[in-house]
Amino acid sequence: MKNIWLERLSPWILTIVLIILWELIVKGFGIARIVMPSASESFYAIWEFRDGLLNSSLTTLYATIIGFGIAVVFGVLMGVAIGISRPVYVTVYPLMVAFNAIPKVVVVPILVLWIGAGLQTSAVTAFILCFFPIVVNMAVGLATIEPELKDVLRALGAKERDIVIKVGIPRSLPYLFASLKIAITLAFVGAVIAETVAGAEGIGNLMLVASSNFNTPLMFAGIIVIAAMATGMYGIFAMLDSRFTGWATRGSMNFATAGG
Amino acid sequence: MAFIEIEDVDLVYRNSFGHEVSDGTLALSGTNLTMERGEFIALVGPSGCGKSTLLKVVSGLIRANKGKVTVAGETVTDPLKIVGMAFQNASLLPWRSTRENVLLPMEIVEPHRQRFRSEKAHYEELADKLLATVGLEGFGDRAPWQLSGGMQQRAQLCRALVHEPDLLLLDEPFGALDAFTREELWDVLQALYNDRKCTVMLVTHDLREAVYLADTVYVMSARPGKVILDKKIDMPRPRKLEDLYSRDIADLIQELRHHINVARTDD
Repeated sequence: MKNIWLERLSPWILTIVLIILWELIVKGFGIARIVMPSASESFYAIWEFRDGLLNSSLTTLYATIIGFGIAVVFGVLMGVAIGISRPVYVTVYPLMVAFNAIPKVVVVPILVLWIGAGLQTSAVTAFILCFFPIVVNMAVGLATIEPELKDVLRALGAKERDIVIKVGIPRSLPYLFASLKIAITLAFVGAVIAETVAGAEGIGNLMLVASSNFNTPLMFAGIIVIAAMATGMYGIFAMLDSRFTGWATRGSMNFATAGG
Repeated sequence: MAFIEIEDVDLVYRNSFGHEVSDGTLALSGTNLTMERGEFIALVGPSGCGKSTLLKVVSGLIRANKGKVTVAGETVTDPLKIVGMAFQNASLLPWRSTRENVLLPMEIVEPHRQRFRSEKAHYEELADKLLATVGLEGFGDRAPWQLSGGMQQRAQLCRALVHEPDLLLLDEPFGALDAFTREELWDVLQALYNDRKCTVMLVTHDLREAVYLADTVYVMSARPGKVILDKKIDMPRPRKLEDLYSRDIADLIQELRHHINVARTDD
């Protein structure tokens, strides 16, 4: 019983220890506030700039969720298409790999040219960043159905559609959820990149402004808020994952994960 | 006319994607085999001789390059619709309970497919009865990973038989089990066979298993595989494990072993 609580609390304990260390080091060495604010100064900045931070982070969250949501819908559809059809896989996959290799920062100015700077730019960048891992994982789950199992079903007269519905989709759910946990954090990265590069409203832009004003505590406050939001979203998907695909942690499935 | 007729079948070896390899290596060459309805046969032979491939050809999952395969009077061109299959790997679906795994064929095969939703209670009862006959009474609600290897194979046999197939194809279903569990499952399979009298093709590496279960044992040559010997097993059913240790049967197993050794070293 005691061990379970210790296990649950351990990441929190580490966080608190790191914050205390941060405070002690900055204060102890007398580091200038403009270079590296202490933990207390950074947390105070969160309070001090709470209105601006709240507005910006809600905008970022909004853009992230829109981009992520679209990526889930299209990623799953594309993943199914690639996973069940070898011609589609052979045709589309190399192009997707090539596109995924492009540093997304360089895409943002082009997006600004096409759709302007704003929420839409952040959302599209979030979408671009998290689309790929969703597609890959969904496709892997479908493409790696045990051949014996396919034979069992085909020998019963099952159509390809039956195999996908009865086996393929449920089987790829753990892969999908594993990718969603990665994708949601990548979506945040995408949204913030767009805000920083294009100056679209949001927490990325807030940090850009703080930087030009030499308001270092506010920059650190921004970082803390982004990390907290991304971790929170990750937690939600981790919870959904264990809720819906708890069976997989007992099975012997290997997850392929990809990042952008 | 015999229930299954395999005439002069050639098959080019395929890779894991199902593409024929370019050098045209034959997996089967001039294979002939006939079996009657309700017969239980076993295929033995050196590894890689195309035993499993022959099963797939009979079920229509792979088409022969040459020759003719007839099942129940009809030439096989597409996958047959009412075959039960079981493999060395139980391949049960981990997100379904054992009962739901057993019922998987009912969600696909007509006419059960139409009735499955409306008569679910009836089908669940059927699955539980079948599970009970293989010694898995009360295990229907368990997840597959909560079952031992032997129990998973019992469940797999239920899945292969639940829709009362005319033809049961078994590809080394007991290959991964320990010796005691294997012998236990021989009797489970024998009881199911005596009860249902379906036609069974069993691929195995185990000569004792082949002799114990089958009416006829077919020995295949090394690749490219073809049937080089068939041996009727005159043991009355139901058979008992002690029978395997009688002089005649021991000699028979010795003889089969000799033929396989010759087939292995021939090329």
